[in-house]
Amino acid sequence: MSEVIFTNEMDEEMTLNMGPHHPSTHGVLRFIIQSDGEIIRKAVPDVGYLHRSIEKIAERNTYPGFMPYTDRVDYVAAMFSNECWSMACEKLMGIEVPKRASYLRVISCELNRIASHMIALGAMAMDIGAVTPFPWTLREREYINDFTEELCGARLTYNYHRIGGVSWDMPKGWADKVKRWLDNFEPIMKEFDRLITLNDIFVKRLANVAVITTEEAKDWGLVGPNLRASGFAWDLRKEDGYSVYPELEFNIPVGKGEMGTVGDCWDRFYVRVEECKESAKILRQALDKINEHPEDDIVGRLPKKMKPEGEAYARVESARGDMGCYVIGKGGEEAYRAKFRTGSFTAMSIIEAKSPGLFLADLVALIASFDVVAPEIDR
Amino acid sequence: MTPEAIFKRLQEKFGEETVFDFHEVSDKNRDAWFQVAPFEIEPVCEYLKTEPDLAFDYLESMTGVDYPDDKKIVVVDHIYSYGHKHRVILKAFLDREDPAMPTLVNVWSTANWHERECFDLLGVLFEGHPDLRRILLPDDWEGHPLRKDYEEKEEYHGIPTQRPNPIELYKIGVPGKDKKAS
Repeated sequence: MSEVIFTNEMDEEMTLNMGPHHPSTHGVLRFIIQSDGEIIRKAVPDVGYLHRSIEKIAERNTYPGFMPYTDRVDYVAAMFSNECWSMACEKLMGIEVPKRASYLRVISCELNRIASHMIALGAMAMDIGAVTPFPWTLREREYINDFTEELCGARLTYNYHRIGGVSWDMPKGWADKVKRWLDNFEPIMKEFDRLITLNDIFVKRLANVAVITTEEAKDWGLVGPNLRASGFAWDLRKEDGYSVYPELEFNIPVGKGEMGTVGDCWDRFYVRVEECKESAKILRQALDKINEHPEDDIVGRLPKKMKPEGEAYARVESARGDMGCYVIGKGGEEAYRAKFRTGSFTAMSIIEAKSPGLFLADLVALIASFDVVAPEIDR
Repeated sequence: MTPEAIFKRLQEKFGEETVFDFHEVSDKNRDAWFQVAPFEIEPVCEYLKTEPDLAFDYLESMTGVDYPDDKKIVVVDHIYSYGHKHRVILKAFLDREDPAMPTLVNVWSTANWHERECFDLLGVLFEGHPDLRRILLPDDWEGHPLRKDYEEKEEYHGIPTQRPNPIELYKIGVPGKDKKAS
C-alpha cells in the first residue's frame, strides 16, 4: 500500500511503518510515515483494523436489541453511545424521558466522562514517558467501575440506558458512596496537577507541539476537548442544552495557551484535567437534585410496537466530543439505516495535514493528545 | 435562521431547479431537510459557508443511504453554523446505477474522510476527491456492504466471515422455549 501513496524518488527519505501494534497507538492504528531522519514529511493514517460493521448490525437488530452493540462503538465511554442511540430513537418515536431517568443518565455519563478522561490523561503521560500517573488515574477509574457495576452490573460495556429511560434506579446508599468518593477525588486532581500537569519536564515536552488553530479545528471538524483546547468554547451540553444539563451549573474549560500557544498538546491535556473537575461539580449537583423526582419513575411511556417511520438525528457531547446518531426507520422492527458520527474519526483525519514538519516522537504526543479510541474510528 | 428561511434564500439565489423539495418538521421528519441537485451541490455549499449571515462552518456528518426500490442512493449532509447556531440538512439524490457527485473537500476539509467512508461502504464516487480510497475495509474487498443487495462472501483470504450459531451447534436449550433448559 505504501507504494500507492509515496513514490520514493529521493534517496534521503525513508518510509516507515508504525503500527498496527505500536503500544502508543491506542488500539489498532497504523501510520505510514515518510520521514527525513527524525522529521516527518508526511504521516498517513491507515485505519479500519477494528471495523465491525456496527451500522450493518443495526439494520439486522430491533431498536432495543441494538443497545448492547452501541457499547462497542466506544468502549472507553460506552454510556455516551448508549445515550446517543436512545436519544435518536426517542426523537424518532416521540418518546418523553422522565426527569429522574434524565438525571440518572447525566450521573452515569459524567462518571463515565471522568473514567474516560482518566484513561486519556494517564495514557498520554505514559506515551511520552511518564509512567507514574497511569496507575494513579487507573486507581480512580477502578472506583468508578465499581460504581457502574453496582448501578448496572457492568464495568465496561454498560448497556444501561434504554429507549425511554434507563434500566435500573440507583441502589440504596449509592449516591452517598459517590459523594464520598468525590470528596476524595477533588483533592487528588489538585495533587495530580502537581504530579504531572505542571511538571516542568512534562510542560516542556508538550508546550508548542503540534499547534492547531481554531480555524483549522473547525475546518477539520474537530470536536469536544480537542476543539475547546484550540480556544473555542463549544460544548453541546450548553449549546443544545439536551437532557437536564440546563438545570446544572458548570463551566466550559478552554485552552488558553498558558504554557505555550493556544491549541498545543499541553492545552489538549489541560482541558481534560479541567473537565474532570467540572464533571465532579455536575455530579454533586445532579446527585442532590435527583431526589426531587419520584423513585422508580425511570422509563417513559413507550409505544406498544417500535415500528417507526421517518428519520431523526440526535447528538450528545461524549468524552470525545460531538457524537451524532442518524437513524432512519421504514416501518419495520429494525432501523433501515443507522449512522454514528464520532469524534475520533474526524480527529484522525487531521493528522495527515498536521504531521509535516513534526518530529517522529511528537507524532506520538499528537495522537495521544487527541485521545482517539480505535473502535470509535472504525466502528 | 430557520431551515425554511435558508431554503428560500437558496432558492432565490440558485433557482428552483437546484434547490427544491422542502420538508418541514413533522412526525416523520424530525428535522427539516431539502434536496439539492447533486451536480450543483458544491457552489451551494460554498455559498452556505462563505455568506456571513449563513456561515455554515461545520460539516457534522455525511451519510449515504441506499434505496433500491427508488433506484436511488441518497447522500445526506448535516451542517451547522457555530456562529449562528443554526442547522440544516441537505440531501442529494443520486442514480443508483452510477452514483456520483462532486466532492466537498474544497469547502470543508473534514469532508475528506466522510466521503471516503461513503465511497467505501456505499460506492458513491466523489468526483475531484484528492484521495478516494477505501478507508474502513481492506483495499481488495469486493462490494459495498451498506448497499441493501450486498451479499456477504463466505470467506476473505481463507478467513471465514460467518460462524455457526452456537445455540444450534452445541444444542443449548433456550429458557422459555425449551423445557429441559433451566
